[in-house]
Amino acid sequence: MGRIQIIAIISSLLFLYYIARLILKGKLREEYAIMWIICTAVLVLFSFWRDGLEIISDLIGVYAPPNTVFIGAIIAILIYLLHLSLVVSKLQEQNKILAQEIAILKQKATKKDG
Amino acid sequence: MPKYAVVIPAYNEQGAISDVVNAVNTTASLNGIKLDVIVVNDCSIDSTSTIIAELSCIALNLPINLGIGGAVQTGFKYAFENGYDFAFQIDGDGQHPPEELPKLIRASEENNWDVVIGSRFIDKIGFQSTLLRRTGINYFKFLIRSLVGVRITDSTSGFRMINRNALSIVNEYYPDEYPEPEAIILYAKNNLNIGETPVNMRERQGGVSSIGKRASIYYMLKVSLAIIFTFIRVKRKK
Repeated sequence: MGRIQIIAIISSLLFLYYIARLILKGKLREEYAIMWIICTAVLVLFSFWRDGLEIISDLIGVYAPPNTVFIGAIIAILIYLLHLSLVVSKLQEQNKILAQEIAILKQKATKKDG
Repeated sequence: MPKYAVVIPAYNEQGAISDVVNAVNTTASLNGIKLDVIVVNDCSIDSTSTIIAELSCIALNLPINLGIGGAVQTGFKYAFENGYDFAFQIDGDGQHPPEELPKLIRASEENNWDVVIGSRFIDKIGFQSTLLRRTGINYFKFLIRSLVGVRITDSTSGFRMINRNALSIVNEYYPDEYPEPEAIILYAKNNLNIGETPVNMRERQGGVSSIGKRASIYYMLKVSLAIIFTFIRVKRKK
């Protein structure tokens, strides 16, 4: 087992532990956590299974196995960023509705007092 | 007798807002119009909120800054929920002279329009804006006419009157940023009759434009995209 493999295993396990802790403490909602768990699981898998990367690269026709890692990571990051933009857009819309309701309700409340 | 609401979005308009509100109320009493002024304070950081509390108007204070579209929609929502028959929209900076309000009412009655837009480019009187802005407005005129076949000379004008049919639509959805041109597409796709009437606009009396020089390219892009997407998204009602 090479030095880099040990480092990879330890860091991905630590990452998995950290995510589990966040979920347990209720700081990370489950629906957002699923993606993180899957990503970390993939990391752990490949840090144990060294030949796996070469086998998969061969399968999809990538010459240099590290490129498979980069492509996979970039695609995952893009999808996740898009997902976050969706979440933010939804929050912004809900926020707007809440603010409008508050303004209208505040006006009603002061009218009753006055 | 129909009930009118005048929605005035205000963001840091301490200098001009009281004159605008008072002028609207004066116009209403001179012309015998039953009208309430609704000032939507879009979380101003100046003394707008204390000023409007003293004026004879309905003050809606937003707890966070929503931008012009969100602010105007707040006023429209209030007008819709409280049973107003018509809602005007005018700027809080004094660009739109309230004396012109009856013109919009007349235009709507004579032509049976659901939406009346006050245009400064029909009679070409009053403040005509800069050449750059007029070029942009002509481009929107072309874009809107190609998409929905309505000829609007002043699509960015925020001086408008809409009836209850239109209010029920904007109660559900109103564009956020730079809403004016996009709203025209929204109305047209919902089969509302849209028309324009000439009005005299002034240069702003206070405050700053929501569209800075550097933002104008972004403005063109954003509004073009919004117009096209609204055109695709909103299904034409039969």
